[in-house]
Amino acid sequence: MARAGILPRLTFWRGVFLVLMALGAYATYVRFFEGLGASTNLSDDFPWGLWIGFDVLCGVGLAAGGFTLAAAVHIFNIQKYKPIVRPAILTAFLGYLLVIVALMFDLGRPYRIWHPLIMWNPHSVMFEVGWCVTLYTTVLALEFSPIVLEKLRWNAALKAVHTALIPLVILGVILSTLHQSSLGSLFLIVPHKLHPLWYTPLLPVFFFFSALMVGLAMTIFESWHSSKAFGRQLEVSLLRGLARLLAVLTTAFLVMRFLDLARRGALGLAFTPTTEAYFFWLEIAFLAIPGVLLFRTRIRANPKALYLCAVLVVFGFITNRLNVAVTGLESASGVQYVPKWTEVVVTLAIVALGFALFRAAAQYLPVFEESEDREEADVHTAIETQMAQGD
Amino acid sequence: MASKAILFDGTQCIGCRSCEDACASKWGLPYNEQVASQERLSEKKLTTVLTRGDHFARRLCMHCVEPTCVSVCPVGAFRKTSLGPVIYEEWRCMGCRYCMLACPFHVPAYEWSQRLPKVRKCDMCYERQLSGQVTACSEACPTGATKTGDRDAILAEARERLAKNPGQYDGRIYGLSEAGGTSVFLLSAVPLEKFGFRTDLPSEALPVLTKRVLAFVPDVVGVGGVLLGGIYWLTHRREAVAAAEGKSGERRRRG
Repeated sequence: MARAGILPRLTFWRGVFLVLMALGAYATYVRFFEGLGASTNLSDDFPWGLWIGFDVLCGVGLAAGGFTLAAAVHIFNIQKYKPIVRPAILTAFLGYLLVIVALMFDLGRPYRIWHPLIMWNPHSVMFEVGWCVTLYTTVLALEFSPIVLEKLRWNAALKAVHTALIPLVILGVILSTLHQSSLGSLFLIVPHKLHPLWYTPLLPVFFFFSALMVGLAMTIFESWHSSKAFGRQLEVSLLRGLARLLAVLTTAFLVMRFLDLARRGALGLAFTPTTEAYFFWLEIAFLAIPGVLLFRTRIRANPKALYLCAVLVVFGFITNRLNVAVTGLESASGVQYVPKWTEVVVTLAIVALGFALFRAAAQYLPVFEESEDREEADVHTAIETQMAQGD
Repeated sequence: MASKAILFDGTQCIGCRSCEDACASKWGLPYNEQVASQERLSEKKLTTVLTRGDHFARRLCMHCVEPTCVSVCPVGAFRKTSLGPVIYEEWRCMGCRYCMLACPFHVPAYEWSQRLPKVRKCDMCYERQLSGQVTACSEACPTGATKTGDRDAILAEARERLAKNPGQYDGRIYGLSEAGGTSVFLLSAVPLEKFGFRTDLPSEALPVLTKRVLAFVPDVVGVGGVLLGGIYWLTHRREAVAAAEGKSGERRRRG
């Protein structure tokens, strides 16, 4: 990057970033000094809004690429995906940290965020989510640590993490399976409030499945941006593999969605002229378009078309989650919830922070470097040593 | 002590709002005409009289037998006491507001204007009941429309009233089966839907909906761990075998 003097050159996106940070700082002041009433459009009728619906429910899902790729490479041993494991883990780690930041805004008493760790209620889905997210963020910190340790050339610690890598990855997959699905289970308790287009006993299954789907879409998304920003091209065979998987997952999700609606007899509601039906079709369209396009070889072979398909899947996913958390609950609540500007600004500032941190990490840490080969060698040495000792 | 319950009989209510006043002073909340005119539960009003023409109803926490708030709270800030009241321990609460989303009766209110807010809801005067007193609202009611007593006796009385004057009531004891049953029973001359009450609630307690799913957690951990470990072993074993064969083949070629 060209630097003029001490200050970095002010580009358009840096300007956007600075404006968002300034607005975000003011919104943060309003939130913490004047309370949730002044900073949100939430009410007793509508206690959860954008910060839970987008920042938490979408944030956790968008970070799901971390556990799927770690599993694909380290457990299923599909070495083709090796080059994108690190960026996926970086995305996941930043994603979870930002989810926690967003929670600090949304919780009425954020300084008590640690309470579920000692004040147990095992009957609560929220309790389970709290524990899993805490543990998984720790796992992600450890999975991410080699990237920092390599930079610091701290080889003893690096070796220790590599030895523990496989159990960590397995633990990460289990924890992710649990809380990705549990985010859906949160809404099982409101059969009388959530619209039948979204309320189904299969909510946990859908949340888990859509997380797998969007985790993959985000991997394609960030690969494309990284290749633009750092001038590195991904192998065509790798991208094609991801595209094929994404096509299958998206289509399967849609088929499951419609089968469930038909089975529950709720499909007719999609054809009534209601706000819910419009938002339902928006969600379906965002997913169906890439679902169909990605089955064409020409689309899969074209990185830009693939990128646009991934973006559509991300939009479809976000619409689905916001429909569960906002659209589907409005009519039972009797009020219309539209987020206040402070809610929107905090959300955008958190997203911007995510992009900036990813970029900084990718620039200063060995996220994309061939050091992955070294890691691989290290892991194998460690495992072989273990096996030899075991024999 | 036996489990307590509240009976509110809309046909005996004259809409004087003495219960609202007594409730506000019990909680130390300001009560004036403006508060009185707001017929909805809020941080300022933990019970309210509802008016529809000549008919009255009352809203307050229903003190469910198997409360949804108790089940969903991640820090166990709600507790169903053996005395009947569902109480809230503020010092545990982190303010996630899942109780507000989950409550089938739309009861918990939040202090949206406070910098350090808490949830507000009726606690059926737990402390007064511990010392053998009736709730503040029952004590204040001039007509006996609100009455506190042992749950069994209160329920028997509600049934008796319906049996004696069937024409006077719409025939429903609200709270008998709603969301698995409650410790507050409402009688009314007109259907309670007219006051905005949900009359379509399931008769099964809601917590079972999430308990069923949470029961899978140990299975996911156990089966997932074994499965993933097995897959790891399989996929890497193939590689190790290939590597070993490659080495011995090399040796053979050299030898």
